[in-house]
Amino acid sequence: MHSYIPATSEDKRALLSSIGIEREEDAFGDLERAGALLEGPLDLPKGRSELEVSAIVRSASNLNKPGICFIGGGAQDHAVSSVTSAITSLPSFVTAYTPYQPEISQGVLQAIFEYQSIICTLTGMDVSNASLYDGPSSVVEAASLAISAKRKSSKIVVSPTILPQSMMCLNAWALGTGNTIQVLGEKDGRCDFSGLEGALDDSAAMLIVQSPNRYGLLESFDGLADRVHEKGSLLAIYSDALSLASLRSPAEWGADLAIGDTQSLGLGLGFGGPYCGYMASRQALMRKMPGRIIGQTEDSQGRRCFVLTLQAREQHIKRERATSNICSNEALCCLATAVQSAMLGPEGMKEAFSLSYHKAHWLYERLMALGLKSMDEGFWDEFPLVFESHKKARAFQKALGMKGILVGFPAEKESSMLMVAVTEKRTREDMEAFLQAAKEAL
Amino acid sequence: MEKLLNELSINGRRAYRFPDLDVEAHKAIDPSLLRQGSLDLPQMAEVDVVRHYARLSRLAYGVDDGFYPLGSCTMKYNPKLNEALSHLEGFTELHPLADAEHSQGSLKILYETVDMLCKVTGMDQGTLQPCAGAHGEYTGLKLIRAYHLRRNDSKRSVMLIPSSAHGTNPASASVNGFETVAVASDERGLVDLKDLESKLSDNVAGIMLTNPNTLGLFELDIRRIADMVHACGGLLYYDGANMNAIMGFGRPGDMGFDVMHLNLHKTFSTPHGGGGPGSGAVLVKQALAPFLPVPVAAKGLKGYSLDWDRPQSIGKVSGFWGNFLVIVRAYAYLLSMGSDGLREASAMATINANYMARCISAFFPIAYPGLCKHEFVLSLAAFKEETGCSALDVAKALLDKGYHPPTMYFPSLVHEALMIEPTETESRETLDGFIEALKCIHDKAYSNPEELHSSPATTVIGRPDEAEAAKRAKVNWL
Repeated sequence: MHSYIPATSEDKRALLSSIGIEREEDAFGDLERAGALLEGPLDLPKGRSELEVSAIVRSASNLNKPGICFIGGGAQDHAVSSVTSAITSLPSFVTAYTPYQPEISQGVLQAIFEYQSIICTLTGMDVSNASLYDGPSSVVEAASLAISAKRKSSKIVVSPTILPQSMMCLNAWALGTGNTIQVLGEKDGRCDFSGLEGALDDSAAMLIVQSPNRYGLLESFDGLADRVHEKGSLLAIYSDALSLASLRSPAEWGADLAIGDTQSLGLGLGFGGPYCGYMASRQALMRKMPGRIIGQTEDSQGRRCFVLTLQAREQHIKRERATSNICSNEALCCLATAVQSAMLGPEGMKEAFSLSYHKAHWLYERLMALGLKSMDEGFWDEFPLVFESHKKARAFQKALGMKGILVGFPAEKESSMLMVAVTEKRTREDMEAFLQAAKEAL
Repeated sequence: MEKLLNELSINGRRAYRFPDLDVEAHKAIDPSLLRQGSLDLPQMAEVDVVRHYARLSRLAYGVDDGFYPLGSCTMKYNPKLNEALSHLEGFTELHPLADAEHSQGSLKILYETVDMLCKVTGMDQGTLQPCAGAHGEYTGLKLIRAYHLRRNDSKRSVMLIPSSAHGTNPASASVNGFETVAVASDERGLVDLKDLESKLSDNVAGIMLTNPNTLGLFELDIRRIADMVHACGGLLYYDGANMNAIMGFGRPGDMGFDVMHLNLHKTFSTPHGGGGPGSGAVLVKQALAPFLPVPVAAKGLKGYSLDWDRPQSIGKVSGFWGNFLVIVRAYAYLLSMGSDGLREASAMATINANYMARCISAFFPIAYPGLCKHEFVLSLAAFKEETGCSALDVAKALLDKGYHPPTMYFPSLVHEALMIEPTETESRETLDGFIEALKCIHDKAYSNPEELHSSPATTVIGRPDEAEAAKRAKVNWL
């Protein structure tokens, strides 16, 4: 018998007999008749005890060497409060399903409603959904929303400085759908908008830009929204959630849609996931939004409560006419982001932003003094180190790695740049160790 | 009810502190790039944050709180061991772009999880990048598209989907630019072969099937269906939502399926988190392997690595390598269960479902009687005629008995449907308790239907006004 299966052999016999079956194989007579019954056992080892499994998985964990993390590229090592970890481990949150039964799910519903409110505050937008899979999936969903919002459109125009993983997701999304992706030019590590009007023809539905961008650089979108709206398109701005504590919000730039990832707000690194894509829009796009949305209402006695709402957009009602196919999202990560936001508060968030900013620049200046190359200093918490070749960059990464200092390539094939991020978690000692290792490597 | 965070906020409160800046400050950022307005977020003390969420967690209902027979959702027990292992610092503290030398443990888990899932399903290769079941469907259909395009077969625009399928199937097909065509169910509740025949053509890219289907019935003609679809050049997609019924007894790869997804948050016991994160592993036959998303975890002489060198790949479907910490839990589950445990899980999931169906059929009719797999569907249409009480009323009355109700009003071909999936992790006493509660509600409907209409009476709120919620659309506290 197995740990997670309560039935004893006596239980099993009794259950089988009450359904008029002698052997358990007979409960799979349908598979046999269909010619689909597996002969012999699965080609896997037999089940193991807790102690054995624990030993195997712990030894895998010990093979990982997280080191002192200076890696960026779409995830950064920002602090996660102990409270955040504790709350997101509470069993009733962890083991609940999607809150389809509001009478016993107010806790989950209210927590997500609060998350939506926090996202609206950070982005300046009117409506947030209850999360998407991750940042790049928010880019894909933004594109999808735009195509359905504008009749006869089939093109998404995009800045070349969005994360490479977002670009790859966007290209995969377009594959076979008849939709196309047009990438604008790049100048000094930022989007070159000189060809914008030409790109935004009648077939274009949306412009997607990012700041801080894939190189960590801040971009100015002054006047951009007017130019995009003039051409009958929508503007989506992608940002790291924590950066919005201090940076000009997508709404303040005039965007229609704010997208990005909340990884920096309470999710930690976790080797890439789970993270949490956010999406928030102007009121006008509310009924085009993908995914779940929690709304406030009252019960029959006038008590305030929360429910899944505007479900007429969703796949379980609309099937092939739904605004998106998303069903499961990243609810527990919404909770983490909300708890982390409540823990930091407005001042704590700004402080995390500013500590990261000053530290990253301190390290940047000293690395440049060693003769390393980058782009410019107009970044927040992350900058690239640019090498002549992938091989040289790799040699530098390896040399630092030997000292337990981790820098990383962007999420793409054989880049010749390394992304360096410095968060509020890194100390002066960490950075001095980085500089020492860099000196030895050069 | 609990106050909202913004209602608990007191100006000047602060919960979390950072160390002082330990380096020289840099010059300030160009003010035109900075936020113009204020940042009006909650200001709280740590203890108040903790108590707020502790109260909210008591207003949630998880598998740890009780029986959750939510059909097609496989709400099995989520082992605590897997939670503990997923919190190991070697996993949580590792950046996804750390080089292979520093991430051998994680890469090993990615590689071995795909390998074990292939063995469970009879497939050849796979990816763990998709973050949920619908995301897996999206990815699998993209692979089907890439396969046809690679063969210069660009006219295949139709995806066949049985009318009983989950809503995500047609939505995923649509998102991928396919035209969806419904295939009818016959009187057995299975794919209608004549209808299927009439819809096959060289425009068909493939068919999406859940097997056992959403009625809990195994498609007896699956091999014939596979031959028919393959003969017209289409591919077969297996929606693994119901894989918990057949592990160790049958494998989609042997039935003729070319590509599939598994919901690791259903069959492989990772928790649902109140709606996510999940993981929608996609597994393929060799013919589709070249198109898998990059990178793929590989094993070589120098250890494990990520292989980006896949020229025919569709690209990426999520930012990094998937919901890794979810994958760790599924990996631990696979190790714990092994070949014998997975088979036993499906055996008991099926036996439990048949036992419940047998007992409940004494008072509520089963929509398609006979041997079911891991779930079954009740039809309360006649009951509603007789008592005026709906499937919704029964579901809400179950809340007062301390149970999470079954899935309601799905699949839509059954009127007043309640779909029950007990899973293997529930004891006979739990099943009996639920059956008794359901019988009691059934009887009450005949003696005092008003009580059902006004249920639930013991929960923190009564039935919410959902129409008002959609009309007002108050979706934040601003």
